[in-house]
Amino acid sequence: MTTLIIAEPGSATLQPATLHTVTAAQKIGGDIHMLVAGSNVAASAQAAAKIAGVAKVLHADAAQLAGTTAENLAATIVPIVRSGGYSHVLAPATGFGKNVMPRVAAILDVAQVSDIVAVESPDTFVRPIYAGSALATVRSADSIKVITVRSTGFDAAPAEGGTAAVESAPVAADTGLTKVTGQELSKSERPELTSARIVISGGRGLGSAENFKLLESLAAKLNAALGASRAAVDAGYVPNDYQVGQTGKIVAPDLYIAVGISGAIQHLAGMKDSKVIVAINKDPEAPIFQIADYGLVGDLFKIIPEFQSALG
Amino acid sequence: MKILVSAKRVVDYNVKVRVKPDGSGVDTANVKMSMNPFDEIAVEEAVRLKERGVATEIVAISCGPAACQETLRTALALGADRAILVDTDAELQPLAVAKLLKAIVAKEQPKLVIMGKQAIDDDSNQTGQMLAALLGWPQATFASKVEIAGERATVKREVDGGLETVEIGLPAVVTTDLRLNEPRYATLPNIMKAKKKPLETTTPAALEVDVRPRIATLKVVEPPRRKGGGKVADVAELVAKLRNEAKVI
Repeated sequence: MTTLIIAEPGSATLQPATLHTVTAAQKIGGDIHMLVAGSNVAASAQAAAKIAGVAKVLHADAAQLAGTTAENLAATIVPIVRSGGYSHVLAPATGFGKNVMPRVAAILDVAQVSDIVAVESPDTFVRPIYAGSALATVRSADSIKVITVRSTGFDAAPAEGGTAAVESAPVAADTGLTKVTGQELSKSERPELTSARIVISGGRGLGSAENFKLLESLAAKLNAALGASRAAVDAGYVPNDYQVGQTGKIVAPDLYIAVGISGAIQHLAGMKDSKVIVAINKDPEAPIFQIADYGLVGDLFKIIPEFQSALG
Repeated sequence: MKILVSAKRVVDYNVKVRVKPDGSGVDTANVKMSMNPFDEIAVEEAVRLKERGVATEIVAISCGPAACQETLRTALALGADRAILVDTDAELQPLAVAKLLKAIVAKEQPKLVIMGKQAIDDDSNQTGQMLAALLGWPQATFASKVEIAGERATVKREVDGGLETVEIGLPAVVTTDLRLNEPRYATLPNIMKAKKKPLETTTPAALEVDVRPRIATLKVVEPPRRKGGGKVADVAELVAKLRNEAKVI
């Protein structure tokens, strides 16, 4: 039994979600190999080799693997899975993993188990359904288990301590199906949303993109990442990559501060596993208070500046 | 250009679902059902492409029990021209649905398939990618903008760091994200007209697709309940609690 993890490469090193996926693979058991596929991802491959628990790193590097193009990635991944005789193929349930893994599963003619939060046995996993309103325990009957892993369900594996060999892996010919022609990535001084220790999210209550800046200065003080509810993103206050929720990002920081967010179930699905939740809202009946450890009813435009100055 | 759109029937997004006491699943009896919201966005996008003169015909597909006809009538009321129900009472998983859609694509020969990026019941986010894989077509997932020019499409995709633009050749599969459009409401005259639009029924057997599930659900439970509801009186108390009680700042 050997697991192949499809790493999510970053610009300089691996995306942190990859480390959580390693822990899920350890719970499954058996050897762990990691495929780092992309364009100019040698640094990520070196980082992969240092992760505690990874026995072998496969490095596939080619221009056509740039961006998040599932077509070329899947064409490269599938022959490696077949020739390597892997029993499990895992990737983080990020935008990257969600895009490529179902394509891999379908080519292999196996089902995919999405977004697992626990491993019960090598073929049995737990995953949330209905925006986290229920947890399903499912057993896969396929010979190869294709799985995406929700980071909040598993701790990060140590990034140091491993000494895996890095082998170069064959890259499939360019399928020519997709070409990445542009990227508009949000630039932020703030920590990355899904791995930050503190997250401050704003909702419709902020009222405008201008007002969202209030949260920025508080976030700077707390070294927190910034998130948002769907309502705030739809209203154009912040870009789409801020969205926390069922169909956005799933976060579980030590401290989550929800500001002007009423707490629709779709939002709660993305943050209710946070260790400590603070809710600031003028409506005492807002559902967010039902899951908050510390609720503060009042005008956020008064509270946020006060909060900031109270931090000294 | 012909467009196929998916229309999955799911528990309405406003319904608070309940886990059955025997742990076999969630209770869907006597619960309001609707079209998966991401599929509504898919239908809307197809209708807009038709209004812009890009699409000539929109075919809506639903796979599931006879009650999915309601969902298809909604798609027809929103502007789809005809509908196909793949009628089955069997449990359908994403790979099986992708295979059913592939069989329909082989008959209908559309240039574009637009689907919701995920269904809000099983939250799998798989079927569009799987269909594209089975067809060997390009996939533009999590779309927030779609532009078609001749045999090519330019799609803006929502990715973790922001937006990515991809160029794909047609035929292709596009899956919708929330910001792609805001679906219209069906008007009463259109709901009436939809009743007369053609709705054809087929079955997995007729399409020669094996839909047996690969994944068995062993049990479904409620997640551990969070003990919330704590209140603080003011900012000073909040900061003190975060520092001394929760020790998170």
